[in-house]
Amino acid sequence: MDDPLRIGAGVVDYALILVYFAVVLLIGVAARRRVSSSLDFLLSGRSLPAWITGLAFISANLGAVEIIGMSANGAEYGMPTMHYYWIGAIPAMLFLGVVMMPFYYGSKVRSVPEFMRRRFGPGAHLVNAISFALAQILIAGINLFLLATVVNGLLGWPLWVALLLAAAIVLSYITLGGLSAAIYNEVLQFFVIVAALLPLTLIGLHRVGGVDGLIDKVRTSVGGGAGQLDSWPGNELAGFGSSVLSVIGIVFGLGFVLSFGYWTTNFVEVQRAMATKSMSAARSTPIIASFPKMFIPFIVVIPGMIAGVLVPEVMRLKAGDQAAGITYNDSILLLIRDVLPTGLLGIALTGLLAAFMAGMAANISAFNTVFSYDLWQQYVKKGRSDGYYLKVGRWATVGATGLAIGTAFIAAGYGNLMTYLQTLFGFFNAPLFATFILGIFWKRMTATAGWVGLVSGTLGAVAVWLLNEVGVFSLPGQGAAFVAAGAAFVVDITVSVLVSLMTSPKPASELGGLVLSETPKQQRTDPAASRLPWYRAPVKLAGISLVLVTALNVIFR
Amino acid sequence: MTDERAATGGERAGPRRVGAFDVRVFIAGLIGFYGIVLIIMGLVVDSASDRAKTGDVNANLWAGIGMAVIAVAFAVSVRLRPVIIEGPAGSAR
Repeated sequence: MDDPLRIGAGVVDYALILVYFAVVLLIGVAARRRVSSSLDFLLSGRSLPAWITGLAFISANLGAVEIIGMSANGAEYGMPTMHYYWIGAIPAMLFLGVVMMPFYYGSKVRSVPEFMRRRFGPGAHLVNAISFALAQILIAGINLFLLATVVNGLLGWPLWVALLLAAAIVLSYITLGGLSAAIYNEVLQFFVIVAALLPLTLIGLHRVGGVDGLIDKVRTSVGGGAGQLDSWPGNELAGFGSSVLSVIGIVFGLGFVLSFGYWTTNFVEVQRAMATKSMSAARSTPIIASFPKMFIPFIVVIPGMIAGVLVPEVMRLKAGDQAAGITYNDSILLLIRDVLPTGLLGIALTGLLAAFMAGMAANISAFNTVFSYDLWQQYVKKGRSDGYYLKVGRWATVGATGLAIGTAFIAAGYGNLMTYLQTLFGFFNAPLFATFILGIFWKRMTATAGWVGLVSGTLGAVAVWLLNEVGVFSLPGQGAAFVAAGAAFVVDITVSVLVSLMTSPKPASELGGLVLSETPKQQRTDPAASRLPWYRAPVKLAGISLVLVTALNVIFR
Repeated sequence: MTDERAATGGERAGPRRVGAFDVRVFIAGLIGFYGIVLIIMGLVVDSASDRAKTGDVNANLWAGIGMAVIAVAFAVSVRLRPVIIEGPAGSAR
């Protein structure tokens, strides 16, 4: 990838980027002074306010894959991409805050796999902890690789220099300040991203003649059309010919199984909420996050759509020209190149680099918690002093960064292999939600059912994916992923119920805090909750969020 | 959008102030610095090629002003509502 992406960044642009990195390291140093135990390092001492963890909750997810990928989808499919936010994220985030968080926070577990262990014992715990840890290394590596390719393409630095430099920065601020440093940097990153993408969107809109101009151009452009202006029914996105099937696929496949599996069980996200100081703050974390989250697509997806009608290379790609020399993934970078002057250009590049690094930092800080508490403390060296596990956490960070660099180099050599591996880890995620939800609401569910359900759900998803690959049926677009996730959910529930009925359950006394019917109400609720004003009460906030997101769905249908 | 609930810490159960470490200070500092640089860029180097890119708007200047305003708002909120730690919170400390 050479010329078309090379952005002529000036001295000022570089200076703005450097200042950002200086502040990032400064936050690492400042956060270090507060780290005195492993809980400080790995869970921020459970002391952060909800608005901070809420913004970190979004930023942890707003990495390279999200910004590049969603603007690419915007350029290719248009408005249906909004479903990834309004259907595929918000409902699950609200569900996490309202229903699941009381169990995660109330049971005082330190990680999602630890909840798994207390509810189902070591079988399900090992499946969950190991697959999660490996997936984090892989995703951190992919983030790092994308970051290095972007730096390489934009600024012309050699791939390995960019790779090692970025890894060194992430490593130094996390080993210094632990999760607090990661979270504070995520909050800062959120504002930098908005400062980068909001001007980009506004200037881009100005260039195409405002909102009306964009609508006209998308409607009449080659490869565009009126279907790209409405979010429903989204046939192109789902890959179903029938509109009814497409809506069902999006609502159940994306909106229910895939997104609930991701948002409610992914420890990268849940960890941010666990770092708060009270049950109400923990529940509010994903709910507060849902408000900015529903407006983020306006500065991610819309720039992609603008690129589709403004940037010559992307327009050629949309018109079906195979020789355009770029992919949809380059859309937002090309738009930055075309519309931002020196100065804003530097801030836009900073925003992108910040997003990539924070994505990686989130993966690594979740990895070191699961590695220290769930794998090392549980199965390798039990019962050491807390200072020992703090040291393990620090070394796990170093190890994870090293492995991520290795993964990034492998990704540079074997692009396809990485895609397959990522798909593979997606399979582990799909049935998790089924196991969790059944485990929380059904006290009869047994330990054996826990891991057997997970494994067979995963195999169910793999089977659907294989059938699609070998051509037994063929779903283009995202349809196959929706169906695979659905299959994983159904198989997991069915197998778990059958196995539970044949094996004996855990005694009810061991299920306190883990299962709804065995958890006293005081443990699930915050005693001070009734005295909180409405804007700090999780359930009321969730209601407001739900009304807003419904309105967005109706306005842009 | 969420800053007004930042540090409302209403209950008066032996609150103590957090020292200089308040992430809003860093946000105000960084965004404010960016704002000032952009304003200067907008006033000093506003070239014809930049104008062609942005569609004849002084983008640096306006974005700079916007960021400066945000930074001031954060600085004011740090001043008016310092972070309060509300007593011991359950598990830690």
